[in-house]
Amino acid sequence: MKQHSNTYIIGFAAGVCLVCSIIVATSAVALKERQDLNKVLDRQKKVLIVADLLEEGQPITADEAQQLFDDNIRIRAIDIESGDFDDTVDTVTYDQRKATKDPALSRVAPENRAGITRLPLRALVYERVAGDEIELLILPIEGKGLWSTLYGFLALAPDTTTIEGLTFYEHGETPGLGGEIDNPRWKALWKGRSAYDAEGKPAITVIKGAAGPPEDDPYRIDGLSGSTLTGRGVSNLVQFWLSDDGFAPFLEKFRAERSAG
Amino acid sequence: MKAAHKKALFDPLFNDNPIAAQVLGICSALAVTTKLETSVVMSLAVIAVMALSNLSISVIRNFIPPSIRIIVQLTIIASLVIVTDQVLQAFVFDISKQLSVFVGLIITNCIVMGRAEAYAMQNPPVDSFLDGIGNGLGYSLVLLVVGFFRELLGAGKLFGYSVMPLVTEGGWYQPNGLMVLAPGAFFLIGIFIWLLRNFKPELRET
Repeated sequence: MKQHSNTYIIGFAAGVCLVCSIIVATSAVALKERQDLNKVLDRQKKVLIVADLLEEGQPITADEAQQLFDDNIRIRAIDIESGDFDDTVDTVTYDQRKATKDPALSRVAPENRAGITRLPLRALVYERVAGDEIELLILPIEGKGLWSTLYGFLALAPDTTTIEGLTFYEHGETPGLGGEIDNPRWKALWKGRSAYDAEGKPAITVIKGAAGPPEDDPYRIDGLSGSTLTGRGVSNLVQFWLSDDGFAPFLEKFRAERSAG
Repeated sequence: MKAAHKKALFDPLFNDNPIAAQVLGICSALAVTTKLETSVVMSLAVIAVMALSNLSISVIRNFIPPSIRIIVQLTIIASLVIVTDQVLQAFVFDISKQLSVFVGLIITNCIVMGRAEAYAMQNPPVDSFLDGIGNGLGYSLVLLVVGFFRELLGAGKLFGYSVMPLVTEGGWYQPNGLMVLAPGAFFLIGIFIWLLRNFKPELRET
């Protein structure tokens, strides 16, 4: 091969970079709209699943999901610390996970066992509504399991104590062991149990071994064999979000408003 | 089809399989094969990237200054991978979430650069394009075989549909936990290489 001059080499490199960057930029810009739609749809689907309006894995078109979501779900932004609604937040574009990393929109989390280092100032809560009646409160939760951060939703009945469901939509736990937190049969165990004890303290815990039926054993959930640490992580993170550092102030105001109204 | 084209396309399937014979690209073959669905999408992504990178590198092969050829190849491959990732995110969002970083890691897949350097730099575009598809198919073949057994034995399912009902869901099959972990893929790839070399003794290293 012949020797090239330095000018040729630099020019060639610049040319390749220019062409490549045009291709990359074009594809990123052209597909952005579709990708954003996918992200919104993805979030809606997760909420619909925990709200018991959609089966896991059930195929649904974007329009159907949007329709189902608009008809049944109301998104509200709240200030986590005070528990008040904050209607200045645009709930369509607000990205809670991005906000958690943004120093302007988050704060250092108080010491906790859920492995949470930063807390967003505002959180999105979802309400399943029928007419004006709120049937279900859906709260976003996250925290460390064994290997990874688990992201999910906890659904509470309007009494803010009875658990209606729990689902994690993203985690990296060992498939077959900790990954069994996705098992529908395990998730079904949460339904009907109590998040808070009689004194109003977060009480729900994943134990080792089997727990009784919800009416006799309302604060305990069966452990998953081979995943003690994931179970401990789930207990810690659920309790954290139910505590005063999490959604307790909001839930308290919610209860007060309901009994007043 | 010319004999040379046929050779470029089909040789990498068995005679010169990139994973089994050249032992390239093992890392990603472990990571994405717990399920068939992700294996299929990953295969398609790798085929697309390899075919296009081989093609474009071959087109400009006579203009690439030898001193910067590796970085030029890498730039082209990286751009194609980003485009592929964007397309996956736009059209098969669920699967692209499961593949997560591994689509991006196609850049570091030794097969892609290996073929660019070893084949596309010396051969005309059409041959290179076919060589890219061929090697992509060779990689896919292993991925699909491994994905098939890992999903079947590890989760009792194929493409997410239950084939062997699990004990935990009221069935009879006790899933093999080894298969869902990376070492399971090692065993399967090992068996695959052994079988292939058993039937094709000329691949054995002496």
